[in-house]
Amino acid sequence: MNRFRSMLRNVALTTAVSASAFTALTAHAADTIKVGVLHSLSGTMAISETTLKDTVLMMIDEQNKAGGLLGKKLEPVVVDPASNWPLFAEKTRELISKDKVSVIFGCWTSVSRKSVLPVIEELNGLLFYPVQFEGEEGSKNVFYTGAAPNQQAIPAVDYLMKQGVKRWVLEGTDYVYPQTTNKILEAYLKLKGVAADDIKINYTPFGFSDWQSEVASIKKFGSAGKKTAVVSTVNGDANVPFYKELGNQGIKSDDIPVVAFSVGEEELSGIDTKPLVGHLAAWNYFMSVDTPENKKFIETWHKFIKNPKRVTNDPMEATYIGFKMWVQAVQKAGSTETDKVEQAMIGQTITNLTGGKAVMGKNHYLSKPVLIGEIQEDGQFAVVSQTKEVAGDEWSDYLPGSKDLIADWTAPIKCGNYNTKTKTCGAK
Amino acid sequence: MSFSKRLCVGVLLLFSVCLSSADDSEFSQKLAALTTTKLSEMSAAVEDVANTGKEQALPYLDALLNNQLYFRKSDSKLFRIDTSKDPAIMTEVAVDKKLEGADTSDFKKIIISNSVRTKLREVMARLQLASSDTKLRARAAREMLGAVTESDKPILEEALSKEKNDEVIALLKAAIALPQLDSGTAAQRLAALDNLEGNVEPAVRNRLNQLLEKNADGTFIETDVAVRSRASVVMGTIESKLQRYRLLETIFFGISLGSVLLLAAIGLAITFGVMGVINMAHGELIMLGAYTTYVIQQWLPNQLELSLLLAVPAAFVVAGLVGIAIERGVIRWLYGRALETLLATFGISLVLQQAVRTIFSPLNRQVATPDWMSGSWQINSVFSLTLNRLYIVVFSLIVFALLSLLLKKTSLGLYVRAVSQNRAMAKAMGVRSDWVDALTFGLGSGIAGMAGVALSQLTNVGPNMGQAYIIDSFMVVVFGGVGNLWGTLVGSLALGVANKFLEPASGAVLAKIFVLIFIILFIQKRPRGLFPQKGRSAES
Amino acid sequence: MQNITSAAGSGWLGMRTRWDKPSVGLYVLLALAAIVVPICNLLIPENSALHISTYTVTLLGKYLCYALLALAVDVIWGYCGILSLGHGAFFALGGYAMGMYLMRQIGDRGMYANPLLPDFMVFLNWSELPWYWHGVNHFAFAMLLVFVVPGLLAYVFGSLAFRSRVTGVYLSIITQALTYALMLAFFRNAFGFGGNNGLTDFKDILGFNLQHDGTRIVLYLLSIAALVGGYALSRKIVTSKFGRVVIAIRDAESRARFMGYRVDHYKVWLFVFSALLAAVAGALYVPQVGIINPGEFSPLNSIEIVIWVAIGGRGTLYGAVIGALLVNYAKTWFTAAFPEVWLFALGALFVLVTLFLPKGIAGLLATKKQALTFLSGKKNDSQENESKKIAGENS
Repeated sequence: MNRFRSMLRNVALTTAVSASAFTALTAHAADTIKVGVLHSLSGTMAISETTLKDTVLMMIDEQNKAGGLLGKKLEPVVVDPASNWPLFAEKTRELISKDKVSVIFGCWTSVSRKSVLPVIEELNGLLFYPVQFEGEEGSKNVFYTGAAPNQQAIPAVDYLMKQGVKRWVLEGTDYVYPQTTNKILEAYLKLKGVAADDIKINYTPFGFSDWQSEVASIKKFGSAGKKTAVVSTVNGDANVPFYKELGNQGIKSDDIPVVAFSVGEEELSGIDTKPLVGHLAAWNYFMSVDTPENKKFIETWHKFIKNPKRVTNDPMEATYIGFKMWVQAVQKAGSTETDKVEQAMIGQTITNLTGGKAVMGKNHYLSKPVLIGEIQEDGQFAVVSQTKEVAGDEWSDYLPGSKDLIADWTAPIKCGNYNTKTKTCGAK
Repeated sequence: MSFSKRLCVGVLLLFSVCLSSADDSEFSQKLAALTTTKLSEMSAAVEDVANTGKEQALPYLDALLNNQLYFRKSDSKLFRIDTSKDPAIMTEVAVDKKLEGADTSDFKKIIISNSVRTKLREVMARLQLASSDTKLRARAAREMLGAVTESDKPILEEALSKEKNDEVIALLKAAIALPQLDSGTAAQRLAALDNLEGNVEPAVRNRLNQLLEKNADGTFIETDVAVRSRASVVMGTIESKLQRYRLLETIFFGISLGSVLLLAAIGLAITFGVMGVINMAHGELIMLGAYTTYVIQQWLPNQLELSLLLAVPAAFVVAGLVGIAIERGVIRWLYGRALETLLATFGISLVLQQAVRTIFSPLNRQVATPDWMSGSWQINSVFSLTLNRLYIVVFSLIVFALLSLLLKKTSLGLYVRAVSQNRAMAKAMGVRSDWVDALTFGLGSGIAGMAGVALSQLTNVGPNMGQAYIIDSFMVVVFGGVGNLWGTLVGSLALGVANKFLEPASGAVLAKIFVLIFIILFIQKRPRGLFPQKGRSAES
Repeated sequence: MQNITSAAGSGWLGMRTRWDKPSVGLYVLLALAAIVVPICNLLIPENSALHISTYTVTLLGKYLCYALLALAVDVIWGYCGILSLGHGAFFALGGYAMGMYLMRQIGDRGMYANPLLPDFMVFLNWSELPWYWHGVNHFAFAMLLVFVVPGLLAYVFGSLAFRSRVTGVYLSIITQALTYALMLAFFRNAFGFGGNNGLTDFKDILGFNLQHDGTRIVLYLLSIAALVGGYALSRKIVTSKFGRVVIAIRDAESRARFMGYRVDHYKVWLFVFSALLAAVAGALYVPQVGIINPGEFSPLNSIEIVIWVAIGGRGTLYGAVIGALLVNYAKTWFTAAFPEVWLFALGALFVLVTLFLPKGIAGLLATKKQALTFLSGKKNDSQENESKKIAGENS
């Protein structure tokens, strides 16, 4: 009894000490600009989000080496929302009202962003969201540096059509991003004259691991004599067993190519890529693109993470662009105040890591080029097609509910859901 | 091509001695073009190589298709380089000679796209019809079936005249018959249909379907009534054959899913069923097994087969030791408090997950699959068994058999059963119950580790992998009946097969929901599972 | 069997009277929280050291809902031995009922300005409102749903399970299957509850702006009221004759049955009561955190609730409250202070508490008072229960 009581005392003591250390840490930092990092470091999404946390830390480090911002050092505030969606909202509130951060880089899943949205709007904060997503959102307080469906899905389908694909399987995980993307693609394909019989839509749950029946039915669907392709919005962990099953059931990339929107270099680094060679992915960035900016970025990353084998990926580039733009906007505004930075952000330009320019639009979406790549044996992508810069379409033109809506944050509209038909902002 | 010339080419291939002739110089020109052609014109270049080189071109085309064709930057000579081994194996294709000690950075890979791959398969099929390997010939014939034209008839007939293998003969006949359906007279079309009977190739089915379709104005595409009725009969036999294969396929899918459930659950059946410990860290022990496989593969990068075989006992030991540590450190203080073991082991599972995240990074790790476990055992073009799953079915049954032997025939098994039935009595009889507990828990954990090795061949190896299996494992054990290994076996296979039969009709999510609801209702009917444990201790 | 009473720990023996010390302490604490927090949040200016930020208020509100949820689990686990690993389901169902009301309140202020359909239905091209979404725009009806849906589910599930005498781990696992099945169902977009994104972007409740500090304080006070009410009611139930029978069932189910008690009735009604407490907690939780998503159905969440109770000390009611507040505070603090390694700390906390504090924090508090008399004959309660149960079955 005594022993464990003294142990408890020790626990209490260490707790108290670390607590005071923590408060001391946060107290002295009045002359810095705080940057919130809101990425899950534990739970199911840690797989993808940890890298982005490191990317933000690297960018802050670089900026501080270059002399900071407005004469102050940048100070990261890292929290762990633990892949728990209500916790995202709570941590956002903590970052803004307790830690007083000037900007937050964070979120991966749509639901985490939706959870953060009301809080960030209420407290008038700034969020940079770096992941490809379904669009259909316009917030004054959020900058979307990932791809909207028209910057990823539609160019990919266009490419496959040029390759003679006539029959389509839209395979996705059952959540909002695949559902919306597939709705958009379905409308788009029908517009291009694809018959309803030639489109098959299927959804599987998160983390699905037994793909036997699904792959068999894709095979069956693909044996109808027309060139078939799979458009995959399968998410995260479910991809590995999916590709393994494809490979093992003998579906080759030249029979039925699979084009994925959620599979990048990082996901591939966890897969035996041999059976995947030739399958496709559409992104705005590939590590294999040979430009001086990209080379420098990869070098800096390897040095920062102290591992020369770590890959880079599209959401990292989106974080890079977002961060650089924010720095430029703060410099232009001469302040970190949300409203000033928000206005200064619009029209900011950054050289993409893949060449060309990324421009922040009036709708808080980027315009970026779209690249289609084939998976190579080393887990990299060989670019087979590249478009010009495409402006992000916040409200899809292919959905009946949103085709009349636009977002425009410049005067006089200043609205995230402006109806071009009724000339009103929302219902007002 | 005359016989003597063919012989000559054969000799050329065998000994790789190139006689210089007009053909050869053209061939080497076309080969050289491969190193300079743009991706968009690659298909044409590949066709040129095949046309000029004939059989000589095969090794080049094969290397190209397998993404292994490189050229030396200094002299543009073509090499086949296998980078999966370390150091990479480099072979000069023209002379089929290994090159030692060269650096891969001196070479540049020839990159191809999907359209080139399609072209490659097509041209290679024509050349491979004469191959001495039956499998290659069958593949070639099948490949040709997809895009066969009237002009292919001579080579097909020549191949048919020399063919001995029944499977290839059927394929070749079908390949000759298909174009006749387009261009032949009604009598020829009828005769062609005879050659297609019972052929389940998709190309055949699609063509037959077209025969039975109508034009936009309601008239049949196929004008001859006799051909149409014959076609529908042939189609009928093909369809019924297909139905049978589909049924077999679904059963295999179910058994395969069941075997995965069995592997995941059987360790739990020991710790939970026999010992009454609700081990929430069971999934993490599976994860440890998978990471052990990863680590061993890192140690032995060139011996994929060996590393996987080694991983099985290694994972057993690693997970088993961790299990014993958990038992000695935590669980032994909690016996008789089944529900509290749940809380403590839940804490352990969090710690193990985070430990793996800290040590190996939160990213998934890549575990390679050896060649003998990749691909599938192709029984015919609609029915095949994927090899990795087939091996896992066998593996799970072996594990099950060994485990039941161990529990039935060894003294340890006797002690385990004694302690699980009546701890106090067993102690009184001189059984060292704490030692038995530790070993039993280690055994259950070790089996979880072995399950991890198998799962690493199917799915992700990452910090979250354990959580994906824990709930399903509990369902299986409870459904089968706690404390009964046979229950676990029957339960897992039954749930697997049921799931797979539901899935095509209802979709994956609903199938799983139905299975869960079924388990809930089943437990109402049989509150102690499929095979309830009998005896005094069972009621506790 | 003389120690049946001690088996309940410091819990119900000391709780014959309504005003035992821990309860009084809890009431006083909650009353203080109800007075001090609103004053410090609304009246004291922001730059003062005494000011309590809105962040803290919403956080406290959330903890209070969790405390009520933990209470719900303790009622059935601590007093009736029913270990539900699926109580998150009732919490989430209550939350969804409230969420549906809040969703309909958005009206045409959604992104698409559709007066009838919530946003997630518009962009998935739904043309009309599914039947089960009708009527929830009336607050009273939605509140009715908060009670009826989880209550009915608990009743149906409970009467099936308890009548078939499903007990122990079997029961725990099928409650887990229940919440797992519900999670999968709610994840489906076709199910009509927003799929993975769930329900979010709420604007106001009964016309009061949810982002207004005053509304937050009211919700916070309601949470305190619900917790006090739930606690008092639970206390009343477990100290009543009904409660005595329930405890008898926990300690020796067969014996209680042989004595003529309809064991399944007692269990079912206690289960329904517990489910209702959880549902109320869920309904209060949603407007305060601003989102409800199928993740709340996750079996892991339900296990966590059980852990709060275990850490606080089961079978005491106030222990559950303490456990929920403490673990959640630790989580908030850990995730900010040690984002990289906090799971180690949390995991270790669970292990250490189970090993060294089998009666949880409440047990620690009790031992201080009852000192050695309590510890000397100390064996763990559930162990005794189990041996008693065996004895009961065999006698």
